[in-house]
Amino acid sequence: MIRARILPVLTIVAAIIAIWYAAAVLLNAPFERDQARRAGSDIAFSQILTNTMAQERPVLPAPHQVAAEIWDTTVNKKITSKRSLVYHGWITLSATLLGFVMGTVLGILLAVGIVHSRVLDKSLMPWIITSQTIPILAIAPMIIVVLNSVGVTGLVPKALISTYLSFFPVAVGMVKGLRSPEAMHLDLMKTYNSSRSDVFWKLRWPSSVPFLFASMKVAIAISLVGAIVGELPTGAVAGLGARLLAGSYYGQTVQIWSALIAAAAMAAVLVTIVGMTGAWLNRRMGIREAAQ
Amino acid sequence: MSGIGILVASLVFWVAAWFVNSRLALIHTRNRSVMTAVNLAIPLLFGLALLALWEGVTRGLNVPTVLLPPPSMIWERIVNSTAILWADFRQTYLKAVIAGYLLGCGSGFVVAILVDRSPFFKAGVMPVGNLVSALPIIGIAPIMVMWFGFDWPSKAAVVVVMTFFPMLVNTVAGLGAAGHMERDLMRTYASNYWQSLFKLRLPAAMPFIFNALKINSTLALIGAIVAEFFGTPIVGMGFRISAEVGRLNVDMVWAEIFVAALAGSLTYGLIALIERSVTFWHPSNRN
Repeated sequence: MIRARILPVLTIVAAIIAIWYAAAVLLNAPFERDQARRAGSDIAFSQILTNTMAQERPVLPAPHQVAAEIWDTTVNKKITSKRSLVYHGWITLSATLLGFVMGTVLGILLAVGIVHSRVLDKSLMPWIITSQTIPILAIAPMIIVVLNSVGVTGLVPKALISTYLSFFPVAVGMVKGLRSPEAMHLDLMKTYNSSRSDVFWKLRWPSSVPFLFASMKVAIAISLVGAIVGELPTGAVAGLGARLLAGSYYGQTVQIWSALIAAAAMAAVLVTIVGMTGAWLNRRMGIREAAQ
Repeated sequence: MSGIGILVASLVFWVAAWFVNSRLALIHTRNRSVMTAVNLAIPLLFGLALLALWEGVTRGLNVPTVLLPPPSMIWERIVNSTAILWADFRQTYLKAVIAGYLLGCGSGFVVAILVDRSPFFKAGVMPVGNLVSALPIIGIAPIMVMWFGFDWPSKAAVVVVMTFFPMLVNTVAGLGAAGHMERDLMRTYASNYWQSLFKLRLPAAMPFIFNALKINSTLALIGAIVAEFFGTPIVGMGFRISAEVGRLNVDMVWAEIFVAALAGSLTYGLIALIERSVTFWHPSNRN
């Protein structure tokens, strides 16, 4: 069972790393040949092979260079240092989490309103669906700069972008979830003469939990994207997005890749945490299948 | 009209619109065309009331235009700078987005067909693909700008990577969607792999493929715009947004966002239309 699942994934991961090494040699070789030609000497292929693995500013850094950079900037630096990836990661993470929490609460409140009010449902729902088709991330720089100009800086503007991005999936998912109880169950609650709040807390809310976690997985991933993009327009001060931007200004490819890998790892961990919490809650509540 | 007058007028309009909407929402008829008209009128009226409120609050309370320009000012800017907006649209959308979208979706589709032939690969690719779909792929933008230069190919490259994985994962899932009965039926007809692929499995996968196409249409636009924040020639929607934000010309930024929103929803609508005609057999399109 485990072997049937893990082995294929490991094979694919190994293949990706192998392709990465091959691409690193291929993309970095022209620079080495160029260097050799300028020095007026010939360069052997074996020499190219070793040199491309250890360039200062490679076109594509080899995986072990990125790993070494990540190790160097997480373990070997103090976490308060501006060169520490932990310091930058924490800044991005805190904006992500704050925005995610605010977006989730906002999305749930909106969904509750939509489920209970016909007017809200008919007037808001089409706009929420339309807004999914709009590249919302484009307004990120404006939010940052405008809020900066009125004196709101630091964590809050970035978190607002994450909020904005993450409340849509939660609202749509929760509307679906709060409407998921079958007519039979709703009728049963009616025969019990239960009030609207009873129906909500005892039937609608519990049956929406799988939907909530499914959409929270989307929401936290997109919150992180929002926080990273939110760090771009402030001019590379701090955070993973700032590391990306600073790296691209100064041609520090190893730094870009290590920030990228750190962001990817963070996204994977966050999504996994939300997913596992959801699975655990579903099991506790006796819900077998997670909502799609 | 004085500022307070505008504010009060917009508030009155808002309340009136809300009242009309609450009445409209109670209408129940069998007549389907009336029902469609009502279901269209409610969100339209709501949107109009929201615009009026926006206009009223910004003008009535003298909100600085840097903070939030009134919609009338944004519209004026859109009308007055169509040439710039069109040039940006052509650079970002017609070049980068469309090229990247077609390449990314196309290669995702082809790889999915290849992967589908081997259960071993499928078991390996699916978890990796699902994980990568959740990653902040947008971060590769600075690398792509370094590799492919400032002009649109680097943006198209970002779009290719962003759209590839959702397409791959959805197509592989879709190819498994055909039922066992139907597959057995194809086998009793002695159909070969390609026949059952084209006649049964691909049509059955269409709802999944169109789902990916819809997700990707938004992702592509986001990817191209954000990639332009990392370096572009002096044209393009993302460039204009970041440049005009720096000069605090917020109305121009809103004009670009309006164009982006229009392009995004029209593309989505077009794909949804094609989907309806391709997957006419699907339960969600029959009633």
